[in-house]
Amino acid sequence: MIESKLVDTRQRQEWMSILAKAQPNRVIDLLRGLNPPQAEVLRSPEIGMVMVRGRAGSDGGAFNLGEMTVTRCVVRLETGETGVGYVAGRNKQHAQAAAIIDAMLQSSDLFDRVQSKVIAPLKAEKADQMEIAALKAAATKVDFYTMVRDRQG
Amino acid sequence: MTTALDLSNLRPGFHDPVKEGQAAFRVILDAMSNPGSLKSLSLAAQVPEDVGSAAGAVLLTLADMDTPVWLKPPLAGGDLSIWLRFHCNCPLTLDPSAAAFALAKAAEALPDLNQFNLGDAKYPDRATTLILVLPALTGGETVRLQGPGIETQAEIAPCGLPSDFWSVRTEVNSKFQFGIDLMLCAGDEIICLPRTTRTLEQGS
Repeated sequence: MIESKLVDTRQRQEWMSILAKAQPNRVIDLLRGLNPPQAEVLRSPEIGMVMVRGRAGSDGGAFNLGEMTVTRCVVRLETGETGVGYVAGRNKQHAQAAAIIDAMLQSSDLFDRVQSKVIAPLKAEKADQMEIAALKAAATKVDFYTMVRDRQG
Repeated sequence: MTTALDLSNLRPGFHDPVKEGQAAFRVILDAMSNPGSLKSLSLAAQVPEDVGSAAGAVLLTLADMDTPVWLKPPLAGGDLSIWLRFHCNCPLTLDPSAAAFALAKAAEALPDLNQFNLGDAKYPDRATTLILVLPALTGGETVRLQGPGIETQAEIAPCGLPSDFWSVRTEVNSKFQFGIDLMLCAGDEIICLPRTTRTLEQGS
């Protein structure tokens, strides 16, 4: 039995989130560039919906924010790691690529290479996108100053 | 919060759930509409606990989050239950009377049929459908059948059923409309017997 890397849950949540929100073609291309191992499909990519929940109000009550299209897939590598992909949108190849990457990141042999060649670039791209969006939004900010009126008399 | 499933031994289900599910549904419908006829239900993947393709395909097709499934105790809590929870998202129950589907390998002592849900007056269809996994569906003692869906008579000869099985079944199904619908499975073969099918006494 191949030694699987002991996966830190928070770390796995972080890479799954990055894969889920990235551009589908970026994920697919980056995976292709790695020459990925053969993977057996346990759950073929399937498209569905999830209800996204939020919290609001002073008491933080939960409410249904809205439905979101999600595509999911589960694969197993020859080396035994089981990878799960849940991605935003309808792209089945994206879900399968995310599942394969998730599985590779659970292998001690492949972790470093996949982390540096897939996750780190996607994370940097996401940070750049968010910075650009924040700058654009900041440029539209209007500062209101209270006008002090002259008093009569 | 549900417990996370251990996916390390998980096997695949349907490769194409839509097409394969529809094809399997049609076979099950044909089998149940023509009681006693032998149908074939195959599955590319190997079903856990050796219950066979037919039983596996039935559950993949029909079990979902609204149909609690009861597994006979040696099967409960093992790879089969993980497989079902993953692919069907069905609740698993330890209470036979709450089960929409029940699965037992008849090799181990058969469950008491009276424990299951026999339906109620408003919803007789909510009775348990019992899936029995047998060593073979031919070569055993011959049983003759009569009833809706059978033109005159039909004969089946499943192996691995206890000698009193048919009389117990007749007794449990005696208060029509209540009763249990049966699916006999062996490997990729299936015979369905709705509660309306009667077994004939030998020599009648």
